[in-house]
Amino acid sequence: MPEVDVLSETTEMVDPVPGAGVPHLPDQPDLVQLLTPEGERVEHPDYALDVTAEELRALYRDLVLVRRWDAEATALQRQGELGLWASLLGQEAAQVGAGRALMPADMAFPTYREHGVAWTRGVDPLHVISMFRGVDQGGWDPVATGFNLYTVVIGAQTLHATGYAMGMQRDGADAATLAFLGDGATSQGEVNEAMIWAATFAAPVVFFCQNNQYAISAPIERQSRVPLYQRASGFGFPGVRVDGNDVLAVLAVTRAALAAAREGSGPTFIEAYTYRMGAHTTSDDPTRYRLASELEEWALRDPIARVKAHLSRSGLADAAFFDAVDAEGDELAVRIRTGTRELPEPAGTEIFDHVYAETTPELAQQRAEFVAYRASFEEA
Amino acid sequence: MSETLTIGKALNLGLRRALEDDPKVVLMGEDIGRLGGVFRVTDGLQKDFGEQRVVDTPLGEAGILGTAVGLAMRGYRPVCEIQFDGFVFPAYNQIVTQVAKLHARSRGRLPMPIVIRIPFGGGIGAVEHHSESPEAYFAHTAGLKVVAVSTPADAYWGIQQAVASPDPVVFLEPKRRYWEKGAVDPDATPDPLFGSRVVRGGDDVTVLAYGPMVKTALQAAEAAAADGHSLEVIDLRTLSPLDLEPVFASVRRTGRCVVVHEAPVTLGLGAEIAARVTETCFHSLEAPVLRVGGYDTPYPPAKLEEEYLPDLDRVLDAVDRSLGF
Ligand SMILES: Cc1ncc(C[n+]2csc(CCOP(=O)(O)OP(=O)(O)O)c2C)c(N)n1
Repeated sequence: MPEVDVLSETTEMVDPVPGAGVPHLPDQPDLVQLLTPEGERVEHPDYALDVTAEELRALYRDLVLVRRWDAEATALQRQGELGLWASLLGQEAAQVGAGRALMPADMAFPTYREHGVAWTRGVDPLHVISMFRGVDQGGWDPVATGFNLYTVVIGAQTLHATGYAMGMQRDGADAATLAFLGDGATSQGEVNEAMIWAATFAAPVVFFCQNNQYAISAPIERQSRVPLYQRASGFGFPGVRVDGNDVLAVLAVTRAALAAAREGSGPTFIEAYTYRMGAHTTSDDPTRYRLASELEEWALRDPIARVKAHLSRSGLADAAFFDAVDAEGDELAVRIRTGTRELPEPAGTEIFDHVYAETTPELAQQRAEFVAYRASFEEA
Repeated sequence: MSETLTIGKALNLGLRRALEDDPKVVLMGEDIGRLGGVFRVTDGLQKDFGEQRVVDTPLGEAGILGTAVGLAMRGYRPVCEIQFDGFVFPAYNQIVTQVAKLHARSRGRLPMPIVIRIPFGGGIGAVEHHSESPEAYFAHTAGLKVVAVSTPADAYWGIQQAVASPDPVVFLEPKRRYWEKGAVDPDATPDPLFGSRVVRGGDDVTVLAYGPMVKTALQAAEAAAADGHSLEVIDLRTLSPLDLEPVFASVRRTGRCVVVHEAPVTLGLGAEIAARVTETCFHSLEAPVLRVGGYDTPYPPAKLEEEYLPDLDRVLDAVDRSLGF
C-alpha cells in the first residue's frame, strides 16, 4: 500500500454514473432536407440546389453501385477472402453527397469507412479492397486522386486535413479540404485540436461528421450531451445538421461549406445525421447493443429508395434506366469478386522497400539477410 | 479444483475477482460494458457490477488514462482497457509524463495503482495498428511496470496481482493466444507477479521469450529435441522489472542464449537482455547472445505477417547459429 494515504478517503458510490445514459438529443432533429423519405422534393431557405435530371440519375447510379460494392465486399469477407470489412450500408447518401460536392483540386481525408467517397474520387474499388485483404496498406495514389489514405487511428486525419488546408491557403489555391470523422471521433483530443487550429487560422477545411449513432457499441449519448453540430459554435465557426440519408441535402450543404472555405470564410462543421445499418465491421455483433426496432425505423429512411421514388414519380427515369443501373451493378460485383481473388500476393521484400526515402544500412542488411534466409528454404 | 480455461476467460474471471475483492476497482474503456470489449474479456462484468464499476467511456484514450490519474488520486484503482496496441498512443502522453512520474514527483504521496490492459502483438490477420508490440516504449519509462502473460493461469493471477499492485502496470495480453486453453486453479497460491519462470528444462541453449512467443519457443524446443538438441525455455513474464537470475543460472549451464520477441529487434527488449546476460555471464558464454524478432519496419499488411513474425524456423535458425560458434 502507499506510504502516505491522505487522499484515499472512502466515498460512498452512487449508481448510476451522473449523466450516464441520460437521453438528451431531440427526437426530431432540426435537419436540412431537400428530399423527404417519401421521395418528395422540398426546398430549404438556405440551401437551394439546382440539379439536372442527368445529375440526379448520376447520383442514383453512384448510390446503387456503392451499395453493390459494399455488399460484395461483405460477402467476400464472409467467404474468407478479406480479413475485415467496414460496411457503409445506410451511409451511401452521406458519402456520395459529400464526395460529389468536391472539386478536382480539393482533397478528402477519409477514415476507414469512406468507400462511397473513394468511389466519387475515382479510386478503384480493388485498391480499397486490397487494404482489407491485407495485400497492402492502401494502394491508391492520394495525390492523383485527391483522396488521402484511410486513417484507422480515430481522429488523426482531422489534423492532417487542417494542415493541408493551411497549405492550400498559403499557396493561394482555390481549393479546400474535406475531413471525414465519426460521431465517436468527436471525443478525441486531436479532433478538438483540429477544430481550434482550423478556426484560429481560418483554414479552408470542412469537417464532415457522419453521425451514424454508434461508435462500435457506444451510442451517441456516450459522446455528447448536445447535438454534435452545436459544438461548432464553441470553436467559433458554423455547424449544420443535415439529413445524412438525403443525397441532395448533403450535396447542397457540403457544396456551400466548401465554397465558403475556398472564399476564405474558414471552416464549417457538418453533422450528417444517419445510421449504420450493418455491423461496425464484419468482426462486430451489433445485436449485443442495439434493438431490431431501431433498425426497422431507419430502414424507412433508406437513402436509395427515396431517390428512386423521386426519379420515377417525376418521370425523370424509367424502368429501362433502373434496369441498366442494376446490370451495371452486377458487372461491378463480378469485377470485384474476380478481381479480389486475383489480387497478386505481395513479395516479402516489400516489407523493406518503402520504409524510408533513403534506406538505411541496417535495413539494407536486414533485407539481404531476409532474401538469403528465404532462399535457403527454396534450396532445401 | 483446477479448471480448463482460455486466456480470455481467465482474464475475465481474474477481473471479476478483482472487482469483488476491492470496491475501489473500476474498469474503464471503450466498448467494455454491454459489448464486453472487442475480445469479450470483460463480458458480463457490467451486468453484474453496474455502470459505476465497469464504465463504457467516450472514445478517447488520453481521456481514459488522464481521468484514471485523477481517480487514482482519490484512492480508486482504475483498470483501463486499450482496445488495440496501436491505439495506446493517444494516451501515451498521459502514461509516460503523468502516470509514470507522479509517485516519484510527489515523493510517494500520489500512488498510481493503475492497470493499463493492452491486447498486443500480431498473427491475427488484422489491418494496420492492430498488431503492434509497443512494450519497449513502456519498459524504457521509469515508474511503469510491464507484464506480458502467456498462459491462462498467469492471466488469471497476473491480472489480480496487477490490480492489487500499488504501482502502475502495463499489462500486455497476447491477443492471438486469447483462445489458448490451460489449467487454472483458483485456490492455488500464485507465483509472485514479477518473476520469470523456466517452462521447459534443457541443456544446450537457453531460449527466452514472453507473451505470444512463449508458445513459439516451446514449439521450437519440441522440434529441436527431434534433432537431438535440448533447449531450455524461460518465460520472462515481466519485462520491467526483469527477473534475470533464473536466466543467468540457465545460461551458466548452457553457455548459449537466444532471445525471441515479435517487436523490432533494434533497441527492443532483447537488446537489454543480451547486454545484461553478456555482462553477467561473459565467462560462461560459448556464443554471443542472439536475438530473433521483427524487422525494423512498420508492421506489414496481413499477407506478409508470416514473413515478419518470428516462427519456430527462425528460432531454430538462431539456435543453430548459436550452436555453430
Ligand atoms: C485511437 C483509436 N482508438 C480506438 C480505435 C478502435 N475503434 C475503431 S472504430 C471505433 C469507433 C469509431 O466510431 P465513430 O468515430 O463514430 O466512427 P464509425 O466507426 O461509427 O464510422 C473504435 C473505438 C481506433 N481505431 N483508434
